[in-house]
Amino acid sequence: MIMSFRMALRSIGSNKLRAVLTMLGIIIGVMALVVLVSLVNGATSSVADQMASLGSNYVQAYVWGGYGGTREGITLDELDEWVESEPLIESVAPQSASGAMAKYGTKSQNMSIIGTTPSYYDINGLQLTAGRFLKSADLKNNSRVCVLGPSAMDALVGYSDCVGDEISLDGLRYTIVGVLGKSDSLMYSGYGENTIYIPFTALIRQFPDMSGSIDNFYATAPEGTPMKEAENAVRTYLTDRVGKDDWGNDNFYVYSMDVLEGSMDRMTSIFSMLLGGIASISLIVGGIGIMNIMLVTVTERTREIGIRKAVGATRGTILRQFLLEAVVLCMMGCAIGIFLSWFILRLASEVVAEMSMTFTLSANVVLISVVFCFAIGIIFGLYPANKAAKMQPIDALHYGG
Amino acid sequence: MIDLQDISKVYQVGEERVRALNHVTMHIYPKEFVSIIGPSGSGKSTLMNIIGCLDTADAGIYRLDGIPIGDYSENQLAKVRNQKIGFIFQNFNLISKLSAEENVELPLIYRGVRASERTRRVREALERVGLAKRAKHLPTELSGGQQQRVAIARALVTEPSLLLADEPTGNLDSRTSKEIMDILHELHEQGNTVVLITHDNDIARQAPRSLHILDGKVTEVRL
Repeated sequence: MIMSFRMALRSIGSNKLRAVLTMLGIIIGVMALVVLVSLVNGATSSVADQMASLGSNYVQAYVWGGYGGTREGITLDELDEWVESEPLIESVAPQSASGAMAKYGTKSQNMSIIGTTPSYYDINGLQLTAGRFLKSADLKNNSRVCVLGPSAMDALVGYSDCVGDEISLDGLRYTIVGVLGKSDSLMYSGYGENTIYIPFTALIRQFPDMSGSIDNFYATAPEGTPMKEAENAVRTYLTDRVGKDDWGNDNFYVYSMDVLEGSMDRMTSIFSMLLGGIASISLIVGGIGIMNIMLVTVTERTREIGIRKAVGATRGTILRQFLLEAVVLCMMGCAIGIFLSWFILRLASEVVAEMSMTFTLSANVVLISVVFCFAIGIIFGLYPANKAAKMQPIDALHYGG
Repeated sequence: MIDLQDISKVYQVGEERVRALNHVTMHIYPKEFVSIIGPSGSGKSTLMNIIGCLDTADAGIYRLDGIPIGDYSENQLAKVRNQKIGFIFQNFNLISKLSAEENVELPLIYRGVRASERTRRVREALERVGLAKRAKHLPTELSGGQQQRVAIARALVTEPSLLLADEPTGNLDSRTSKEIMDILHELHEQGNTVVLITHDNDIARQAPRSLHILDGKVTEVRL
């Protein structure tokens, strides 16, 4: 085996220009495959990183039934109790939305109100520009304090230096304790920015249409817990608590960024496969080039094959020799291609450095291209090698004198 | 040693069927030096191919060392060639990309001999033909006579039962021809079986026993 390997290297080395030209197809194919797939992976992983950094690693739950009649709705105390006992959940924050006529000075406007708890701030990745967010004391005391979203502040007050001022919501006075800044958070921007946040307890006390039961809440998992597990914990809790309706459908809906991540992953893999597939075509073309040259080589070396057979080479030996030569050609092309891809990716990373994207050679792509090249070497080397192996020694010996 | 009984071989050349060997029966005994002489087209190449296990007969029985090889598979024939036969061809048939010693080494590689022993035996074989100093040279860097000696070394290196020389001097001038014939004589004296195929009476006469082949028939002759 080592001998045949050396023989293969030797016969490739004896015609270097031809070997390089033959390998070129494989080199370009491997480069196309590795570079394209790595670029897609690099780009999507940087998008995924950005998404994760938006502070949106939460599970959101909607509840729309399952209580009434004999069953009570989920209360804040009950939810807190559950979080205490559930190791997969770090914190929860209810989100009860209502609307009210907000008044500041002479200005008045209809505003959306969200009643929630202090942990809402961290869960949604909010940023303050002035003052503070809601505190647990505010909830305990049903304090009438509020935090303004940036758009709400613009529309109602006009300047952010309004902490300590009072606004009225449907006639009740609330003290502004904080103003939020603009945020990159996907969930928060837009709707969330044009909202006034008040303690959950204040909300249910003031607005009689709010039943006091929580129908929408956020939950986060402790560091390192997969979102999927946190999501399942919430689902288990809600199944237990509110169950299914008469038609067997869940009375709730649980949603996490995991869904988004999943679809991102799917998109990435579709892109990778698409581009990888296109690149594989050039690899296959490279393989055809190898086959072509191997056929020429076999014809050129007919006499050599005859001699080898005369001194005792079997079919298998000859087959192995030429097959190995094709595979070695392919693998050399593969190695050069991978090296060049590594170089190109480093170059690309330098170019887009300020976009915080890095392109690295992923072990998977390298592995796939190595396996693919090997397979191409075998597939396209087999026919010429078999042709060589099948030659009759006498015919081969007398070929071309 | 070599025992041919009623061997026939027919080629289809276009429309015509050419009977290259016509019921050939012959024996060659161990340690004999036999020449087979015949003009071109007499069937001597076919005979040599069959004796050398490069080809099989259409009819008849061929025993080599008592083993009937008529129904051997291609791979078994390759093994027989490797172990029992050393070829010496008219056009030397060395692999041009391999050096002299690598050419000689080739049959040992196919036999699966260990590297250290290969080196030893290659050196010995090249010494026997007086080319130890040219071991690293490529065939193109050697004269015709030297190339043929490399080919003889390659034939010898496996210690075959039979040395089969097909017009070994056909491409050489008379002086180098003599050198090659001397080596063949020497090998015969050392106990090798040598079969020499030629169209040249002068060469054939050097063998103690000669067989004549014409139109596919073999007859014993006294030259």
